[in-house]
Amino acid sequence: MFKILKYSFFDLVRSRWSYVYFLFYLLLGIVLLFLNNDLSKAVITLMNVIIILVPLIGTIFGVMYYYNSREFTELLLAQPVKRSSIFLGQYFGVAFSLAMSLVIGLGLPFVFYGIFNSSAIWDFSLLLITGALLTFIFTALAFVIALANENKIKGFGYAILLWLFMAVIYDGLFLMSLIYFEDYPLDKFSLAATMLNPVDLSRVLILLKLDISALLGYTGAVFQKFFGTNLGLILSTGMLVLWVLIPTGIIYRMAKRKDF
Amino acid sequence: MVQIEYLHKKFGTNHVLSGIDLEIEQGGIFAVLGPNGSGKTTLIKSILGMVIPDSGNIKISGEIVRNQWKYRNEINYLPQIANFPGNLKVKELINMIKDLRAGKKAEDQHLIELFRLAPFMNKKLSNLSGGTKQKVNLVLTFMFDSPLIILDEPTSGLDPISYLRLKELIKAEKVKEKTILITSHIMGFVEEIADEIVFLLEGKIYFKGSIRELKAKTEQPDFEHAIASILTTSDV
Repeated sequence: MFKILKYSFFDLVRSRWSYVYFLFYLLLGIVLLFLNNDLSKAVITLMNVIIILVPLIGTIFGVMYYYNSREFTELLLAQPVKRSSIFLGQYFGVAFSLAMSLVIGLGLPFVFYGIFNSSAIWDFSLLLITGALLTFIFTALAFVIALANENKIKGFGYAILLWLFMAVIYDGLFLMSLIYFEDYPLDKFSLAATMLNPVDLSRVLILLKLDISALLGYTGAVFQKFFGTNLGLILSTGMLVLWVLIPTGIIYRMAKRKDF
Repeated sequence: MVQIEYLHKKFGTNHVLSGIDLEIEQGGIFAVLGPNGSGKTTLIKSILGMVIPDSGNIKISGEIVRNQWKYRNEINYLPQIANFPGNLKVKELINMIKDLRAGKKAEDQHLIELFRLAPFMNKKLSNLSGGTKQKVNLVLTFMFDSPLIILDEPTSGLDPISYLRLKELIKAEKVKEKTILITSHIMGFVEEIADEIVFLLEGKIYFKGSIRELKAKTEQPDFEHAIASILTTSDV
């Protein structure tokens, strides 16, 4: 698997899109930090960008890479390589290179800004960690979609729908259900609903780390009580890791059965 | 060398292979022929484990290949469409395949000279023409010494000189007692090099034997007409 990973990774690292993605974060980081001068505000803006953009790029890139490397995959399938290694290797190659663009692109401006001497270092690392985890989650989901759909257009369609659902529609449904059932105690429900969507989970995790949960009202207090503790932090990180592991397991199983 | 027993494969409702029984002996050139959609590529891909059969067994050197992967070390395969990752250079691709088959001796230098690929070694694969890609594909296939060689439409896109070289290569491998499996639609090529014909029709083996036997069976004087007569008499 590591050989395939290595080749996919180097293939991607040299492609133009990785640089565009990397430069985008570099620029965003520089603009936010040096024109804004308020670290925690910069982190919040970054969070909003990351929460929406990382899943989008992860799904699109994952689907695109899978379809573009189809013939290459066939070449590998004829070599003495285990099937699951091919797909997992490609998946980790894409996910690592995307996560690297993010972490280095955002990390560099913050290092120059002097993040290591600042108290915001933990908020910032949490931001990067959740960003990286989101990359892994959505790239894995993209690979599952691509493996399940021979038709490129359908695959892209489902990938975009998935992103739209997770990043936008889910929140809308969540909010509507909160309004509709406002007469009932909703703290457990909203906790569970947040845990089930990696995008929401990441957002809440970062917001609570920034100590602005007071803005969230009563729900914020409930959330703070849950996520603010070490147990909550461990649970939610565990949940994000689970979101990586389950689709990866599905990739493994699908790769075993698929025809080429 | 290769034993196929009762092989079935459906894609959706399309029964591509319906009960193939085939035994391919060690040594010699076998041509798998048949009209478009008769299951040639599916059969080859089943042998390689790229297509997973619904039922039936494939044995290579006596071992069942389902869910195995190490046996592919003993097979050289030339796919029909050569499309490689565009960001890699030719040299890097060749080194990568060598790396994946570490432990096997690779004779690539001789092949690169044979197909005049030296000026392309540092070019990216996305900048190569279709014929040049096919030559790279041929280098990747023939650089290892394996007892079983599978070629899916090997002549496509080749210029006349490379075509001649390819035929010499195949003949040289035959002398070394290799088993070579070829699909092609170019009847002249098949007639020139094949020792035996396996003719697939609607997912079944319609004929297996030498070209001479095929001519006798169909009562046709030449090979192209013999193939044509199978296709017209069988209402495809």
